[in-house]
Amino acid sequence: MLDFSAAEIEAVRLSLRVAFWAMAGSLPFGLATAIVLARGRFYGKSLLDGVVHLPLVMPPVVTGYLLLLLFGRNGPLGRFFDETFGIVFAFRWTGAALACAVMGFPLLVRAIRLSLEAVDRRLEEAAGTLGARRIFVFVLVTLPLIAPGIVAGMVLSFARSLGEFGATITFVSNIPGETRTIASAIYTLTQTPGGDVGALRLTLVSIALSFVALLAADLLARRMGRRLSGD
Amino acid sequence: MLEVDIEHRLADFALDIHFHAGRGLTALFGRSGAGKTSVVNAIAGLLRPRRGRIVMDGSVLLDTERGVWVPTHLRRVGYVFQEGRLFPHLTVRQNLLFGRWFAPARERRVIKLDDVVDLLGIAALLDRRPGRLSGGEKQRVAIGRALLGSPRLLLMDEPLASLDARRKDEILPYLERLRDDARVPTVYVSHSVAEVTRLATTIVLMSAGRVHAVGPVHEVMGRAELYPLTGRFEAGAILGVRITAHDPRWSLTQLTGDFGRLTVPRLDAPVGTALRVRIRARDVILAVTRPTGISALNVLAAEVERLVPIEEGTLEVQLRLGRERLLARVTRLSGEALGLATGREVFALIKTVAIDRRSLSRQGETADLDDEMETFDG
Repeated sequence: MLDFSAAEIEAVRLSLRVAFWAMAGSLPFGLATAIVLARGRFYGKSLLDGVVHLPLVMPPVVTGYLLLLLFGRNGPLGRFFDETFGIVFAFRWTGAALACAVMGFPLLVRAIRLSLEAVDRRLEEAAGTLGARRIFVFVLVTLPLIAPGIVAGMVLSFARSLGEFGATITFVSNIPGETRTIASAIYTLTQTPGGDVGALRLTLVSIALSFVALLAADLLARRMGRRLSGD
Repeated sequence: MLEVDIEHRLADFALDIHFHAGRGLTALFGRSGAGKTSVVNAIAGLLRPRRGRIVMDGSVLLDTERGVWVPTHLRRVGYVFQEGRLFPHLTVRQNLLFGRWFAPARERRVIKLDDVVDLLGIAALLDRRPGRLSGGEKQRVAIGRALLGSPRLLLMDEPLASLDARRKDEILPYLERLRDDARVPTVYVSHSVAEVTRLATTIVLMSAGRVHAVGPVHEVMGRAELYPLTGRFEAGAILGVRITAHDPRWSLTQLTGDFGRLTVPRLDAPVGTALRVRIRARDVILAVTRPTGISALNVLAAEVERLVPIEEGTLEVQLRLGRERLLARVTRLSGEALGLATGREVFALIKTVAIDRRSLSRQGETADLDDEMETFDG
């Protein structure tokens, strides 16, 4: 039963790579967006909030198709990235990571934003009276206080990426060894006669990975919570 | 030296504050909601007044006319907040040293960690995190943290308000030592008469966003027309004394001032220690002849200076006692019966046990006695 084929192992490794880069790549943008939404006061804030949350409510196929239009080989942004940084998204694993990042973005931003809103601003004021300018206040006080929220957001983004299917397959298709993640592989196997066992194996792997991610997040959050409560 | 001159709109009333504070501890005193915290926030740069000017030691922190606004982190004020506001993710030691990194290098070593830890008695807490500290411990750490930033001015906003009486008694001696040893000018917000009379050099009496009086604490607290603001029940005089003898047999201590001697329950301080004694008006009895056969050990000869009717049936008697003043409260009937009038010689009786530990405090630097008391009509 647990006799993985090379293609299945390839799918698992690819999924982990895609999920990792989706999470890591979107983190700086997620943090910046959360700060703007939690602290900023500007015209059009609710519009930004809406745009960030769109991938959560739109059909994933729509998100994938929009990505294809924008980041495809002839899309405006796709051409820009290719010419400026030499990064191609269309039909590559990088494109799968981008799709996953976009789909996980609302979850990432939401988790960080909630923890930012829970930060006691009076602690930041106290740091200011002690001589710390804003950037130091952020790094030395705010960031450590929202660390549990950041970790939670990263885990959500990672887990969402492992499960992402619709946007990925629409944007970068289902190419073995390049864009065939666990989800796409299971889909393919269920469409193939005699693929049931393989599909089941990958399903178990998928469940195990999600479980490990949640346990790790819980452990980290608890450790940080203990630190903050005084032990 | 601090000059504050600000106007600002608050939710309930307009803030219109003018005062100067010198060395020592300046108390902003008034009821809750008088705008005291807004004033210290303006000094710290946490509140931006609509109009005004704040100058500290010659450097202008705020001047709305010339568009000067120094941000909080450049003002170098140490702020002790009512609720401590310790950083929960840092140890006590890291909290204490937080401000050190931002103080200018040449002033960084002026106040040493070990000295502050000793002064506040927090050596045992250094490696703990603030989460599980008691309220009193948190406040002491907060005071230490503010001091170690080498501030030019210390602001304390009701640092004892969230503590019970025992914790207050635990911290008050540290605040006295701070006032006398650390020599950082301090602005102290409080609505407690006991704290203010014990700690303050100068008092700024506030009500509904305005300053009603500024002056040495014993003068402002003793003025009958300010009782509605200072609290009549707590009215009293503050006398400067020195411990001159202990009597172990009867567990008593003798205090001597310009006015004569006082006997009080035994104190744990060496002979020669300078103290302030607060004697509440309601603890003083008056007699026109020297009484005999009574239990009160303290009988002081005094002269009536002024009689102030303070409410239906009650008189406040202001007495001159050498160079000091004493307040007594008697009924109008007694005043009539004794024939009290300005210039009359009387004897003031003070029960020994009325002067307890809470009425005594270490003598800080007193405000210049030549300072004319300023009064504002409010």
